[in-house]
Amino acid sequence: MKVLVPVKRVVDANVKVRVNADNTGVDTANLKMAINPFCEIAVEEAVRLKEAGVASEVVVVTVGPKVAQEQLRTAMALGADRGVHIETDEELVPLSIAKLLNAVQSKEEAQLIILGKQSIDGDNNQTGQMLAALGKMPQATFASEVKVEEGQLAITREIDGGLQSITLPLPAVVTADLRLNEPRYAKLPNIMKAKRKPLETFSIDDLGVNLKSHQKVLKVTPPAERKGGVMLASVAELVEKLKNEAKVI
Amino acid sequence: MAILVIAEHDNASLKLDTAKVVACAQAIGGDVDVLVAGHECSAVVEATTKLSGVRSVLVADAAVYANAFADNTSELIVGIASDYEHILAAATSHGKDMLPRVSALLDVAQLSEVVEVVSPDTFVRPIYAGSALATVQSLDDKKVMTVRSSAFDAVANDGAAVTVSIEKISDSLSQFVSQSLTESERPELGAASVVVSGGRGLGSSDNFAILEQLADKLGGALGASRAAVDAGFVPNDLQVGQTGKIVAPDLYIAVGISGAIQHLAGMKDSKVIVAINKDPEAPIFQIADYGLEADLFEAVPQLLELV
Repeated sequence: MKVLVPVKRVVDANVKVRVNADNTGVDTANLKMAINPFCEIAVEEAVRLKEAGVASEVVVVTVGPKVAQEQLRTAMALGADRGVHIETDEELVPLSIAKLLNAVQSKEEAQLIILGKQSIDGDNNQTGQMLAALGKMPQATFASEVKVEEGQLAITREIDGGLQSITLPLPAVVTADLRLNEPRYAKLPNIMKAKRKPLETFSIDDLGVNLKSHQKVLKVTPPAERKGGVMLASVAELVEKLKNEAKVI
Repeated sequence: MAILVIAEHDNASLKLDTAKVVACAQAIGGDVDVLVAGHECSAVVEATTKLSGVRSVLVADAAVYANAFADNTSELIVGIASDYEHILAAATSHGKDMLPRVSALLDVAQLSEVVEVVSPDTFVRPIYAGSALATVQSLDDKKVMTVRSSAFDAVANDGAAVTVSIEKISDSLSQFVSQSLTESERPELGAASVVVSGGRGLGSSDNFAILEQLADKLGGALGASRAAVDAGFVPNDLQVGQTGKIVAPDLYIAVGISGAIQHLAGMKDSKVIVAINKDPEAPIFQIADYGLEADLFEAVPQLLELV
């Protein structure tokens, strides 16, 4: 069984971003970049399926500028077998990304597609579901457990209120939640080996996908600053403030 | 043109999120219809007809919709989409699961977690865990969006909408196996006026009992940081933050939570924030209205006595 894992290059989760001076976006120049944490969990899960003998090949794919190949190499250092890079400098909405991934999937014909549930920059939480719709596949979002049993998927999902277990036929799309696994650290020999793994590059035109313009970002602004409050000396003082000043209890 | 709101419910009761999404729809302006897709959900339908300002409630009541699977629910919505310019759902696990499929099938982009309506085609949404707010204009002929319900006040229950039955149904490819939901007498996180949240500082699952007592005494809900959920102290559905629940109660009490940006993203719009932490350098103090540098195991029992 082939597993396809789409990944995204994002600003590292530990970096605090700032809105740029002309309010057109977030200043990302010179910031540390990384593979999106949820994508990393997706790669780890695919690699574990391969190690368990369930998956035969793990293919990682990304859409982005030339430097996004760094994240494909990271994924290959974690154990993915080869990479596919759809090169573009354009900022694309999730629907356009999903269309490009769907074009890759129609060539690769993977039985399972695992991707992160959201990227920590756009916070959209859309791409996996859209890819499933375009490919007419069932989906299991927010997965905290993935099993392949008798040719179908058994998934536990994190939903509002608790956990849900479902089964679905293959091919299918799964999106990874935080607690699906804890990704490994890439070992140095594997990082070296990843540099020699195959990586194909395509342009959007190569894939024959026509993309539309869907949205215009008019401005990006910092959120209203919350004024820091006061430090109190005792629980009694806190209760007094909550009762008489804030009047919330 | 009209606006379609997808109801959030569990077949037994309508969630407050729906009344908040209807408020967002009214801020856009236009006739508002609500779709209730479910099974044996007549109580939900009745509650939906009472939402203020709703024109009609579309009802798809069939066994195939009992578990609100994304694939067939999205096909149902796409089937009625031609009558609507806007399609809205709450940014809950259900809304986030299903609505992007609707967008893709309609070949339009989706706006996620809308927090403000600027005009019928322009909306504000947070990006980078709320570190920035993007004002986005949709160029598509249909606007499909999930709405962050904590950013809108629920509409009243003084409406009298008509119900319209939808007969066309389709099957899901997914099969339901089981569900384990957290049983609790406390209010839901998203609907509570008081939230008491615990972090890694609690140290164990048993220690959460003192926070439960505090939440009960204040009539509030229990929440947690990612660290507390990852450590297995509490179930996943209590997580407040960028990828968990987003809350904005009147009072948020953060106990033993340091305040990572991903947690702040889920609670910084609360009206009053209290932080109790023994580390004076904890970032949570920078956004708290009232900070108390104290050992939580001494402070919380005292608080329990005094409130």
